[in-house]
Amino acid sequence: MEKQYETVIGLEVHVELATKTKIFCGCSTAFGGEPNTHTCPVCTGMPGSLPVLNKRVLEYAVAVGLATNCEITQYCKFDRKNYFYPDNPQNYQISQLYLPICRNGKVEIETENGKKLVGIHEIHMEEDAGKLIHDEWDDCSLVDYNRSGVPLIEIVSEPDMRSAQEVIAYLEKLRMTIQYLGASDCKLQEGSMRADVNLSVREAGEERFGTRTEMKNLNSFKAIARAIEGERERQIDLLEAGQKVIQETRRWDDAKGESYAMRSKEDAQDYRYFPDPDLVPVVLDQAFLDEVRAKQPEFREDKMARYRREFDLPDYDIDIITASKRMADLFEATVALGAQPKKVSNWLMVETLRLLKEKEMDPEDIRFSPEHLAKLISLADSKAVNSSVAKEVFEEMFESDIDPEKYVEEKGLKTVNDESALRRAVEKVIADNPQSVTDYRGGKEKAIGFLVGQTMKAMKGKADPGMVNQLLKELL
Amino acid sequence: MANIISDETIEYVGILAKLELTDEEKEQAKKDMGSMLDYIDKLGELDTRGVEPMSHVFPVNNVFREDVVTNGDEREAILKNAPEEKNGMFAVPRTFE
Repeated sequence: MEKQYETVIGLEVHVELATKTKIFCGCSTAFGGEPNTHTCPVCTGMPGSLPVLNKRVLEYAVAVGLATNCEITQYCKFDRKNYFYPDNPQNYQISQLYLPICRNGKVEIETENGKKLVGIHEIHMEEDAGKLIHDEWDDCSLVDYNRSGVPLIEIVSEPDMRSAQEVIAYLEKLRMTIQYLGASDCKLQEGSMRADVNLSVREAGEERFGTRTEMKNLNSFKAIARAIEGERERQIDLLEAGQKVIQETRRWDDAKGESYAMRSKEDAQDYRYFPDPDLVPVVLDQAFLDEVRAKQPEFREDKMARYRREFDLPDYDIDIITASKRMADLFEATVALGAQPKKVSNWLMVETLRLLKEKEMDPEDIRFSPEHLAKLISLADSKAVNSSVAKEVFEEMFESDIDPEKYVEEKGLKTVNDESALRRAVEKVIADNPQSVTDYRGGKEKAIGFLVGQTMKAMKGKADPGMVNQLLKELL
Repeated sequence: MANIISDETIEYVGILAKLELTDEEKEQAKKDMGSMLDYIDKLGELDTRGVEPMSHVFPVNNVFREDVVTNGDEREAILKNAPEEKNGMFAVPRTFE
């Protein structure tokens, strides 16, 4: 009989925190600045400069820890992780090894076989590195330190996952929790959430873990799933051939669908951690923890339960709306302005999701305001615009957050409610299309559809199709 | 000297520190490191039972900054520290992982 293998997966997830400034200096973390315009002596590692911890980083890290059921380390400190690489100007990264801010947490995920707990080994705070650009022309590397010192938390899971599906469920759970906290936007493509996959295989029933590898460069859920499949097969093939898995870091090439080893053996990973003498210890009292706890938002499960109580919405809608904090906020704000919940939900679930998908955007990127969505819904409700005009206006609103009332006014998109104008148009259509008129009178009910279409065209789309239909029947 | 540093150790430490040492320098470094470790052993003789490990020399905790941008664009000054500069960036020997 063929051997059965079990995959054992643990994750290291880096999340860029949504602070205005870097972790240890007052430089901006804003994206897209010219190279090195957000730098100072601290984040470029100049001798004699002194790092000072951004309090917001601590608050976010503790908030994420509490939300993932961690124990908070009330006496915690920073350590130096030593390595040489040009993206790291100090020759060490300030991180936490001995006393990380959070430990022993767990999150619940949904799997095919029901609910499952994934343990969180620890969460620590650290700084990001700069960006290296390779200059083919001059055969040199160029370094931009704008990202150097941007705050990160690294969430290290226990090796509790057994499949790509479980990994994705865990990542989605983390992402949602952190987005709800507002601690990060968690975009994999843009690198504000990065996952390294530690994977080993063992024969089914075996107690001991196999030798693991660490996979880097995974920029989407799809890439993560493919890399897990690929690495599982690679390791099984090695074992089946009587070879050993080597503990190493591998880089996933998603275009090729394969990975390769990143570091050679001579390049030992010995980081010689030691406490950073430039930073004083962080001592958190109960009052601080209570304060952070009091500020925790309503998380998804609670929100879903409340929506079921407060709004007359199908579970399907609730599931989709609460999957994104941005979407849920938008929904609630629009409903608070008096719009009917199901109508708001329809605009979010149908048109908004369609456009997000078409433009490959995240719900976090939605630009239109709840005020404008509420106005559009009321325009459609009062039949001031018909449904196809409303969709057209919505697309404009999605694109550039225009005020639908003004837009409809300026572009003259209001439905013509002037019955005499409509009647004239209908009479003209009847006169111009004798064949369809004959067909209809001869019993071909469908012919009226063509006449409605012709009338709508004559009215440049600004008529109420129901009214046109009624008038046609009357005049025929 | 109680602590003898082996050739392998000095080779390894050299790699970690990215230092290329001559044979003479290696011998000197072995001696220096050996005597440093002897000194640490001496400290180890002290009875420290019941003494909390110290994590900082100053009795100071919780020094924080508010999350407010205080630094402007200092690129020109910062780039003066670059060995070489190109397109507003630090130019370094080609490095690829």
